[in-house]
Amino acid sequence: MGTVTLTAVLAQGTATVMAVLAAPLLLGWLNQCRAWLQNRSGPGLLQPYRQIRKLFHKDAVIASNASPLFRLVPYVELASMALAAAIIPTLWTRLPFAIAADSIALVGLFAMSRLFLALAAMDIGTAFGSLGARREMLVGFLAEPALLMVFFTTSLIAHSTSLPTIADGFAHQPFVLYPSLAFACVAFLMVLLAENARIPVDNPTTHLELTMIHEATVLEYSARHLALIEWSAALKLFNYVCIGLALFLPWGLAERPTDPTGLLLAVPALLLKLAVTGSGLALIETLNAKMRIFRAPEFLATAFLLAMLGLLVRLLLGS
Amino acid sequence: MTNLPLELINTCAALLLLLSFAMLSQRRVLTQVDLYAAQGLVLGVSILITAWNTHQPHLYYSAGLTLLLKVLVLPFILHRLIRRLDAIWETETLLNMPSVLLIGLLLVMFAFVLAQPISELATTLTRGTLGIALAVVMLAFLMMITRRKAVTQVVGFLAMENGLLFAAASTTYGMPMVVELGVGLDVLVGMFILGIFLFHIREQFESLDLSHLESLKED
Repeated sequence: MGTVTLTAVLAQGTATVMAVLAAPLLLGWLNQCRAWLQNRSGPGLLQPYRQIRKLFHKDAVIASNASPLFRLVPYVELASMALAAAIIPTLWTRLPFAIAADSIALVGLFAMSRLFLALAAMDIGTAFGSLGARREMLVGFLAEPALLMVFFTTSLIAHSTSLPTIADGFAHQPFVLYPSLAFACVAFLMVLLAENARIPVDNPTTHLELTMIHEATVLEYSARHLALIEWSAALKLFNYVCIGLALFLPWGLAERPTDPTGLLLAVPALLLKLAVTGSGLALIETLNAKMRIFRAPEFLATAFLLAMLGLLVRLLLGS
Repeated sequence: MTNLPLELINTCAALLLLLSFAMLSQRRVLTQVDLYAAQGLVLGVSILITAWNTHQPHLYYSAGLTLLLKVLVLPFILHRLIRRLDAIWETETLLNMPSVLLIGLLLVMFAFVLAQPISELATTLTRGTLGIALAVVMLAFLMMITRRKAVTQVVGFLAMENGLLFAAASTTYGMPMVVELGVGLDVLVGMFILGIFLFHIREQFESLDLSHLESLKED
């Protein structure tokens, strides 16, 4: 796919840094939309940044029995999410780094970050930490096959497992109605909600430890470590939304960064799509209530089923 | 180059399959009836598209009959029946929903493999959808097997008929008019008889739970 030239690498590096910097903005927009939908005035778009800055100014408190792994994990989290951002086509499709990892490796990258988070949660040895780690792994191990099936469906249609190639194929070919893609899209949305600890599966704003999934794994973190973890969570949401956009709404993507007219179209298109998706996610979260933890397997089994149906429909009908 | 009618029919087929799974995993009885009505609507639309695309006048009648019977009449009767039976808020305890869904998935695969050689023999435009039609029939079967309540079993029976009609429409562009009318009326009459059965079952056991039928002797 993309040829590795200096300009391409520089442009991709800049785009990745921009993605890392802009990711909390999407979270802020989502929270703002949620607040509006719930008739609250809302904390403003920049609240995640304020939160992160506040946390960076505090002194870190670390349990005396914490191992080096515990200190390392926040950096691993942010680094793996930044790496993922580098191989997801957000603005153009000729990504120089894309040859390094395809969509299956991307799933592995997400799995690795989840594994490290679970290890860190169990590291201190508190009850809530290991409870959160177990729940996180439960959700993760059910969501991962569904995500893989979604990628397989799109790969079957595009004849490639590389994310930029898939997005390129969908963006620059005449419109064809694929029912299998609709199935995959719904399944992906469910995986997105589960993996990012959004409402039907987990409540990101909960203060009740017994119902926590993701929050329970980071209870022991404070100050700069917590800031990094929250930042990487925002980046993870951003990454997932961008994967969804690249797979199911790829229109407006430019081909290469050196094409100014394409970029001129791609940047507003991306902002518009992110804004619409963010408000859509907020709507889903407002309409649904958090389900019991034991309903989560049913939710994710449905996601897996939909993705699998998409795959079967693709194989049988060729559509 | 793109074949829009075929794509639309394939989309309808996929929607039918999705609705079957939705019925399989639905707990509320009333919602299930609504899902059945939606399935009838999708079925009618897909037959309409086939009729419009192949210029077969009798398929228009078939589509009209489907839309009238399965979107309006049968759901109306079922709604009335449920209200008369005081079963509006009735829910089912599903046994392990993920595994039922996985069994359903296996059935779909089985149906697809089974339909592959048959659909290669067919010459119609929509032959690829036979597998989905078979899968809808099997999923309706599964629904009847896993459910305890009488009303949901009736809905499962009706959904199975939907699958059969779709299979007929996709492989041979519909059955002769006489057969189709006969099947349509059969379903209507069957619905009435089953309705009467339901009242009797409730009168006898004061519940619509079919597990009561398993005990033959009165204690």
